[in-house]
Amino acid sequence: MSSFLISRRSLLQGAASALVLQGALLSALPSLAHAEDAPRGGRLIVAADSEPRNLNPAIVASNGVFFIASKVIEPLAEAALDGEGALAPRLATSWEGSEDGLSITFKLREGVTWHDGKPFTSADVAFSAMEVWKPLQNLGRIVFANLDAVETPDDHTAVFRFSAPTPIQLIRNALPVVTSVLPKHLYEGTEIANNPANSALVGTGPFKFAEYKPGEYYRLTRNDAYWGEGQPKLDEIIFRILPDRAAAASALEAGEIQLAAFSQVPLVDLERISKVPGLKVVTEGYEALTYQLVVEINHRNEILADLKVRQAIAHAIDKNFVVDTVFLGFAEAATGPVPQNAPEFYNPETPEYAFDIDKANALLDEAGHPRGADGTRFALRLLPAPFFSETRQFGDYLRQALAEIGIDVQIVANDTPAHLKAVYTDHDFDIAVGSPVFRGDPAISTTILVQSGIADGVPFSNQGGYANAELDAIIAEAAETVDTEARTALYNDFQRIVAEDLPLINVAEWGFTTVASTRVVNVGNNPRWAVSNWADTGLTP
Amino acid sequence: MNRAWLLARRRILSSIPVLLIVVIGTFFLLEMASGDAVDAYLVTLGGDAGLAQSLRERYGLDQSALARLWLYAGSLARLDLGFSVAFNRPILDLILERLPNTLWLMGSAIAMAFTFGTLFGIVAGARPGSAADRALSIGSLALYAVPSFWLGLVLSLVFAVQLRWFPTAGIETIASGKTGFARALDIARHLVLPVSALGFIYLALFLRMMRAGMAEVWRQDFVLAARAKGLARRRIVLRHVARNALLPLVTMLGLQAATMLGGSVVIESVFAIPGFGRLAHEAVAARDAPLLMGIIVVSAVLVIVVNLLVDLAYAWLDPRVGSGEASS
Repeated sequence: MSSFLISRRSLLQGAASALVLQGALLSALPSLAHAEDAPRGGRLIVAADSEPRNLNPAIVASNGVFFIASKVIEPLAEAALDGEGALAPRLATSWEGSEDGLSITFKLREGVTWHDGKPFTSADVAFSAMEVWKPLQNLGRIVFANLDAVETPDDHTAVFRFSAPTPIQLIRNALPVVTSVLPKHLYEGTEIANNPANSALVGTGPFKFAEYKPGEYYRLTRNDAYWGEGQPKLDEIIFRILPDRAAAASALEAGEIQLAAFSQVPLVDLERISKVPGLKVVTEGYEALTYQLVVEINHRNEILADLKVRQAIAHAIDKNFVVDTVFLGFAEAATGPVPQNAPEFYNPETPEYAFDIDKANALLDEAGHPRGADGTRFALRLLPAPFFSETRQFGDYLRQALAEIGIDVQIVANDTPAHLKAVYTDHDFDIAVGSPVFRGDPAISTTILVQSGIADGVPFSNQGGYANAELDAIIAEAAETVDTEARTALYNDFQRIVAEDLPLINVAEWGFTTVASTRVVNVGNNPRWAVSNWADTGLTP
Repeated sequence: MNRAWLLARRRILSSIPVLLIVVIGTFFLLEMASGDAVDAYLVTLGGDAGLAQSLRERYGLDQSALARLWLYAGSLARLDLGFSVAFNRPILDLILERLPNTLWLMGSAIAMAFTFGTLFGIVAGARPGSAADRALSIGSLALYAVPSFWLGLVLSLVFAVQLRWFPTAGIETIASGKTGFARALDIARHLVLPVSALGFIYLALFLRMMRAGMAEVWRQDFVLAARAKGLARRRIVLRHVARNALLPLVTMLGLQAATMLGGSVVIESVFAIPGFGRLAHEAVAARDAPLLMGIIVVSAVLVIVVNLLVDLAYAWLDPRVGSGEASS
């Protein structure tokens, strides 16, 4: 626990440091009483920068969807700063895996009703798992690939049966993301992907879906029949669509909205906005939503297939400069494929690549790439992902950093669909800047970055043609290792080998920031706060 | 009336090939851009290869470009705009939902620009070289040089964030429950800043055209005649000089309607107005070809209609126009 707090603290910077204390106090209290006393009532207006085309979190497990839908549709369990396995129970009250890893038994919460008044039962969980999570959901297709059946011995017990040993550790870590439960009575016998309830959500959560005005807002209202005692606090949450980044900051300053999450207020504006009376900057609440800044490498390029060249590139990057300049301090230098704020898995003993131009030059000389008459050794095409301004800025930095060691980098700037196609389908790149997400367990979306044999066209996966039999074996073994300690040990090896062999180069890892009115209480009090249910969030008058 | 109808029919018939070229051109332009609608969608998902494949099959994106263009042209011929992959909704619904906002924005901006541009132009052109003329000319030149997105941001910072006279963004107060006159007033309040940001540049344009036109008319013989008749200066300015200088402005009005549609992309994003321009931007970002083509077809129709109205207004202002077409 204390080590967790330290790593969280080190993520916090400058103006926000006053909040560390508050956060530490919050997390030190038992989970049931961890909420500050928030007053009842009020309308919270929140900035949203996009309108997901499918708002159903059981089908689309993504942060953009969860941001809105997590208030309406609940998972079996949510991430927590403390508690059993760092989880807080939601629709499930307990979960237990069998020794052989072939079954997991969930006890479900009693007395829960859907927003349309029907009771919530194990049949809903079984239906969601077999008909939605496993066949349709982007992440569920991976996590529940071996799910055979879900048995429902009674209304409040669901037993998941797997065809191959499935680690309870993985399922536990995946619970907040992949287990949003849908009402069977509204989906059964319909075409699930086109069900009207995918936009007009019906769930068990603290807020009901009330209204959507395309291009303007989503409106959620209080669920008076919510199972959480005295919850929710707010009467209404409105997600107001503000596609322009400057618009979110202006609307906050003008008092038209009370909260902007996911760094919708750009980092460069934070210093100014933190000085506006009545506004606060919160860096907590993203600990389990860590994004990673990586250099993706196309190993089909013969020059880059040489480990010495990759090591030289790693030595040429000044990670601290990147953290201070590109992220203005709101990030941490990365050491490997698992971020430091995932203490369950993080392995600090991996080879490090200190910023060292001389060493990088020496490595390139050794690799047989002497400088030509104009001082350059060879040329590379760099495709920076357009997803964040930071990924683009890092691309500009990387170009300069590699010029220092005689690599001539041409930047190829694409918009989102073109970038995805160029890197993940056509492999038309030498190096690329990417921003994968660590989702609580390496098996969910991290191992796929280095594993071989992945079909062309899978986004955010190893499309650089890298193949390492040793790594593949570890990944395969961990996928079936039921014992938590043994599995964690395998992932320690995984991190060491990735850092040694550099299939990709991890540069930095970052969470987001929230800017909120000081009237909003209980902001950022769990590690997935922005995408959690906000049942204890309140507004003081 | 007959003359107007003939003019309208001729315009509509001649616009069909234009529309066809626009549709095919748009389709191939978007086809040349790398990545498709599923790539654009997968960025929020990740997922495995099977997912991408099944999505492509579902939306017909696994077919060849020509097959898709043929399908689209077929449905367009039946006046069916099709289904948006990016929004998962019928395109007609999306367009009908967004179009009114843009029409309000553009209509108000054009009306504002035309009215004040003409008025100030008359003031400036009434006495070319006077102090008022110089001040207005310099002011309009400065205004004309300012990009509209920057103007939008500055207006929003000063009048919405600092002074709080107007809301920062949106088309109306969210979930306010206002109806009738109160709602109209609310929308008007929201439109002040975006209309100013969008319209000022055109105001400057109209002002300068009016002034230049009047300066020229002043030199014409009939003005000299009017003066010799001893008409009051006010009457000469309004009835003789301004009226004749107004004609080119009406032509300009039709031309600017099209450029303004382009300008609204930026303004709608800055002020978070769910309009047509923003929809077009989102359609390109999501590689939603049918949606973009739907938007372009409707925009083209819009521009054709505006120009038709301009022609009719022209015929009314100047009886010489259109008489040849009517007799043919």
